[in-house]
Amino acid sequence: MYRRMFLATLGAFGGSVVAGPSWALDENSASDLINRLVADINRVIGSGKGEGAMYAEFERIFERFSDTSYIAAYAMGVDARRASDAQKRAFSDAFQGYIARKYGSRFREFVGGRLEVTGVKKVKKWYEVSCVAYLRGQSPFEVTFHVSDRSGRDLFFNMFIEGVNLLLTERTEIGAMIDRHGGDIDKMIADLKQLS
Amino acid sequence: MIALLKKPLVALVLGTALLTSACATQDPAAQATGEIFDPYEGTNRSVHQFNKGLDRYAFRPASKGYVAVVPPDMVTAFGNFAENLSKPSDAVNYLLQGNIKGAGQALGRFAVNTVFGIGGLGDPASDFKMAEARTDFGETLHVWGAGEGAYVELPGFGPSTTRDAVGIFVDFFTNPLSQLESNPIEDIELPAKVVDQLGNRGTYSETIDSILYDSADSYAQGRQIYLQNRRFELGQQDASAEIDPFELDTGGF
Repeated sequence: MYRRMFLATLGAFGGSVVAGPSWALDENSASDLINRLVADINRVIGSGKGEGAMYAEFERIFERFSDTSYIAAYAMGVDARRASDAQKRAFSDAFQGYIARKYGSRFREFVGGRLEVTGVKKVKKWYEVSCVAYLRGQSPFEVTFHVSDRSGRDLFFNMFIEGVNLLLTERTEIGAMIDRHGGDIDKMIADLKQLS
Repeated sequence: MIALLKKPLVALVLGTALLTSACATQDPAAQATGEIFDPYEGTNRSVHQFNKGLDRYAFRPASKGYVAVVPPDMVTAFGNFAENLSKPSDAVNYLLQGNIKGAGQALGRFAVNTVFGIGGLGDPASDFKMAEARTDFGETLHVWGAGEGAYVELPGFGPSTTRDAVGIFVDFFTNPLSQLESNPIEDIELPAKVVDQLGNRGTYSETIDSILYDSADSYAQGRQIYLQNRRFELGQQDASAEIDPFELDTGGF
């Protein structure tokens, strides 16, 4: 409780908390968020726009439905302790575009498929929304989202595809990019902007 | 040829199982938190480079050609065929795990797909919503209490663990179908598996390419993804499922 208040205060000073309506997160609102997310992704895939326009749309979706500051902070891991505020902001920006391009190109495989919410349960202070993905010519597989109201809004902060989760995968990736540049965070950010 | 090799190899494999359980063990506390145990990282990375070369110059182009020439429905059919051949072995593994229901499901699938799916080319069992019933000897070892062991990358196979590597070899040489006298399956099992893998490599080409060729460290990324997925298949609670969003300072991001 105190930690949460402390973090919220800290966030407020950093100016990063978006003051949203303070309804309580529950099973309904958690699965509702994922349903809206799925509907938005399907809309973009079905729009038949060009690749560049689709990635821009995915970036907006990622911004609207996910806890971007948390995902970016987790992906940077311990290196975040020595990063300056300017580096953190630059990283957040580059990271959002990178995620949109990386996962957006995967979403193309969803064309003609569908994602169904099958269940939701509370785990500690967050909610786990289970889905099943039905893609053409593949056996159905499990996709799980973790949703919290940490930031003051209901947002997902992690996604699991058959047990493989976004946070750990991206922490491994960003960590490897920092290592490749001998620990240089700025060069990693520059790399991230280049990556398709 | 394979029949001749079978018995000494089983002995060899069981021997290695005992050996691997004797060397390189992970601290139980680290195991509980789901940490990665990779004491052979140096060797594994060399094998990874070898596997990448194999993929880049042989497997990837072959699979591209395969899925370009063979129509998608036939690629799926050949995949079904290989999957169906593994069902009797799945049934035996379920029995060894004490899972009678799973064994029945695997045999049921095998019967339905062999009879109604033209020898296993079709997959009517999935249309009937029958359970997947997929397992392996690595899972049997897990049920018997064997730990994951060390992470290993196998030449030609890719990511695995010492436990699952033993499972792969035992499964390959103990398919009950090949115990039958004068059966036609014997010479078809290995080619069917290779064709199935070609189809998978071709169908999921972009996803696999992105891991192997676009990651900053494809070895670390492959290891991460394999272990998470394997633990998920075995129904193990991964510590990463407990990542608490309230326990990280996100100020500045």
